[in-house]
Amino acid sequence: MNNYVLITIIIFYLVMLFFIAFWAEKNSKSKWINNPIVYTLSLGVFCSAWTYYGSVGVASTSGAEFLPTYLGPVIASPIFIVLLRKIMRISKHQRVASIADFISLRYGNNRFIGALVTITCLIAILPYISLQLKAISETYEIITLDSSSGKILTGSESIFTDSTFYIAVLLAIFASFFGTQTADTTDKHIGIVTTVAFESIIKLLFFLIIGVYVTFFIFDGTEDIYNQISQFKDVDTLTTFPDVYGGFNWFYMTVISFVAVFLLPRQFQMMVVENDRERYLKYVIWLFPLYLLLFNLFVIFIAWGGNLSIGDTANPDYYTILLPLKNGNIVLSLLVFLGGFSAVISMVVVSTIALSTMLSNNVIIPYGYLEVFRNTETERNNKYIKNIRRFSVFSLIIAAYLFYVNFSRELSLFSIGYISFVIIAQLAPSFFIGLYWNRGAARGAKAGIIIGLVVTFYSLILPLILNGFFNTNSFVEEGPFGIGLLRPYQLFGIDFLNPIAHAFFWSMFFNVAAYLSFSLMGSGNYRERNYAEMFVRSSNYSDLQEGAYVWKGEAYVSDLRRILERFLGVSKTERALELFYKKYDLPKDTVMADAKLVNFSEKLLIGSIGSSSARIIISNVVKEEPVSLPEVLQILEESKETIITNQFLKDKSEQLTRLTADLKRANEELIFQDKQKDEFLDTVSHELKTPITAIKASAEILIDDDEMSLEMRERFLNNIVEDTERLSKLIHNILDVEKLSSGREQLVIKEYDILKTIEEAIHFVTAEVNCKKVTIFNVVPPMSLKYDEDRIIQVFINLLSNAIKFVDESTGEIKIYLENFPEYVLIYVEDNGKGIPKEDFNYIFDKFYQSKNQNTKKPLGSGFGLAICKHIVESHGGSIWAYEFVEKGANFVVKLPR
Amino acid sequence: MKKILIVDDEPNIVMSLEYTLKRNNFEVFIARDGSEALEILKTNIPDLVLLDIMMPEVDGYETLKRIRLEEKLNDTKVVFLSAKNKASDIEKGLTLGAVKYITKPFSIKKIVSDINELLN
Repeated sequence: MNNYVLITIIIFYLVMLFFIAFWAEKNSKSKWINNPIVYTLSLGVFCSAWTYYGSVGVASTSGAEFLPTYLGPVIASPIFIVLLRKIMRISKHQRVASIADFISLRYGNNRFIGALVTITCLIAILPYISLQLKAISETYEIITLDSSSGKILTGSESIFTDSTFYIAVLLAIFASFFGTQTADTTDKHIGIVTTVAFESIIKLLFFLIIGVYVTFFIFDGTEDIYNQISQFKDVDTLTTFPDVYGGFNWFYMTVISFVAVFLLPRQFQMMVVENDRERYLKYVIWLFPLYLLLFNLFVIFIAWGGNLSIGDTANPDYYTILLPLKNGNIVLSLLVFLGGFSAVISMVVVSTIALSTMLSNNVIIPYGYLEVFRNTETERNNKYIKNIRRFSVFSLIIAAYLFYVNFSRELSLFSIGYISFVIIAQLAPSFFIGLYWNRGAARGAKAGIIIGLVVTFYSLILPLILNGFFNTNSFVEEGPFGIGLLRPYQLFGIDFLNPIAHAFFWSMFFNVAAYLSFSLMGSGNYRERNYAEMFVRSSNYSDLQEGAYVWKGEAYVSDLRRILERFLGVSKTERALELFYKKYDLPKDTVMADAKLVNFSEKLLIGSIGSSSARIIISNVVKEEPVSLPEVLQILEESKETIITNQFLKDKSEQLTRLTADLKRANEELIFQDKQKDEFLDTVSHELKTPITAIKASAEILIDDDEMSLEMRERFLNNIVEDTERLSKLIHNILDVEKLSSGREQLVIKEYDILKTIEEAIHFVTAEVNCKKVTIFNVVPPMSLKYDEDRIIQVFINLLSNAIKFVDESTGEIKIYLENFPEYVLIYVEDNGKGIPKEDFNYIFDKFYQSKNQNTKKPLGSGFGLAICKHIVESHGGSIWAYEFVEKGANFVVKLPR
Repeated sequence: MKKILIVDDEPNIVMSLEYTLKRNNFEVFIARDGSEALEILKTNIPDLVLLDIMMPEVDGYETLKRIRLEEKLNDTKVVFLSAKNKASDIEKGLTLGAVKYITKPFSIKKIVSDINELLN
């Protein structure tokens, strides 16, 4: 085919892809784009030129060995729903933009790990991209030369006359244009996703067409091919395993691709970064295997067909394109070329976008360009970031091209593809174990990845280099310095695995061992453990991510705002902060940022500049204090659900115990009060009945006895009057004490002279004093105090009456005196009577207490006196008590506030 | 002439009882509390004791217990006169050996007829 016609077709095809990408960006909400089928098809990026051409090559030489590459993803897809959902959730919350972000975040946002993962991906993917270019270049030449020989040409003399170079540049333009529309890498690249989906349809469709063509048109159906090939070759070796070791190989190859389907940057980009709809997963688990199955349907027949009609005269990798060509069907071979071209474009574009994101976010910005960003404006920052990415995309593709020109021409698609997978697989322990084991530590991840890479280099890449450049095989055959145990393909005597499976086995062995042992050697810092906790316990992730963040220190909101504005712009920052304030119900003029806000800001920045850079920039304005280990442990421990539950139960149980004790106390109190009330009522009824009995008896006598003397009659009548008075006084006191104790009594507090008040009280008891010939010494000075005079008089009348009751006739003395203090006064009423019996001391202020030591013939008083006094004094804010150890008599003290 | 001892700390009640009993031809002794009553009982053996319960120092129950310890007072009947009218109090009084338990307030005529009944 004419060179220019093909170039025109290629350009036309690329323009169509541009158009599709543009259309998708414009109609980003369309249901044609947002559906599980498009998502699944975008995962078809897994099928690169390796699948398209390489599988056939492998199938034709080694039979079923091509299958593990697809079996791995097929086996993986059912667990997508568990594993991928977890990964998606974490990535969405943490705004993860690449696999490097994901792994470095898991280990406490470790800058070094981010860079390490990026470098690992770079080493793995760059040759892989160069392979794709190689496939393009070779198929291009096959078609343009219209040769059915399939002889591999050595390429053009100069880069600039090499059409592959221009195709590479076109791909770079496409990738950088649609891959860097916004600076925020977590924004979706809808255009890219849609074109990838479209290309997945194209490549599958064309591959199926060629499959049908070969099987049913060149040959006479599957049976025909089988019959023919079985005469020509030993089919059994192509369709069965030779022995158990073959099975081992098969197993390891399957595991490698299982791991790769998660870890290849382009897969992570499509599965996680470009999609956050968990509900699509339930479609993907059957649609994706179906896609892979369809893709592999005709592989073996094309391979056998190629074997039969072309044989060893050409590279079996290109049977797909050579078969129609040989049969003179140029249109069909063009379709095959375009299918392969589609596979290449999607792989190269998505890989370079993913790699450029990692390169800029995890290497270039955190390690070099940070200073530039701190002091410049939003616009210019975004431009810088975009430029860095564009530059990365271009240099990646150019580097891949150069790699292709210099190294890849001699290697088969399949082997380089698997080397990539083995290198990428070095991330697997840190990635998968880290998702479920919270003790996995940064130092373990570093050690594992590095040692895994070293082993891979030793057992896979070094022999290849030595073989390719120095043409020496002694290293492979005899080992370094002739040490047999260290032969790179038979390390430590394991000689039954193919080099790929062998390298995978040993690198994983050392990787996992290093990861586990270094992780167990000690615990990481608080940050690391916190992230570990978040990743492992991602189910209640949203609780953890802002809340459990262990952070001590201070930051100003204005500083954070300034930084956010620089990267997100004023309006986006404003919106984000507003949402944040609303969520946590904070005032808008908050000055100091708390841990949540710091974390929130950091997360916002991760989308733009990657996690490591965001961390560094934020820590610049945040004065962080070291959090002590015990504090961290405490928080981590407490965050564990079981302990929370235990704690909760313990608290509840303690609460219950307390409550029970309270109830018991309250109950006892009630019983006591009830008993007291009973006793009170008993006493009241007794006290009321006594005068009533006397009155009734006297009245009865007066009615019945007509002959009674006038004098007797008068005495009985007097008794009635006396008892009636007693009764009314009693009732008055009962009501009084109830009123006082229930607090219904309103005091009338005014300023009075305490001396006058006491003299008043003395005046009230004059009759009793005279009757008993008691002497009262009042030495209280005149002094102004605030109280309810009537009530205080009542207090002193009671105290004086009591004293009079208990002193002896004639010798009785009562002393009243006052002590003055700044805050209060103490007024003493002291007598030389019988005193208070020891056993009664605790009861004298109780209602109805009546001393047995009364010295009158008949006990006077109701037993309410001191109880009333106590209420009155206490309602004045004072107190009343009696001195227990006095030589003779009683000494009551009234304390009144000044 | 039958002898009656009145033991009560309420002078007005004592006065009514004394007056009425004397008019009904009883010889009356008076004590204002338990210990005074026991003092009187050392030298006198009344036919009947009217005993209040709630008194200072030695109460009615205690007094009755001590009366029951004296052999010479075996024939002396004791009647409680009390404002305590709970069933438990009454029961306690009767088990201690009182022949009757009269609650206050009482009818003075009823007391006289009760006493007459008890002593005949």
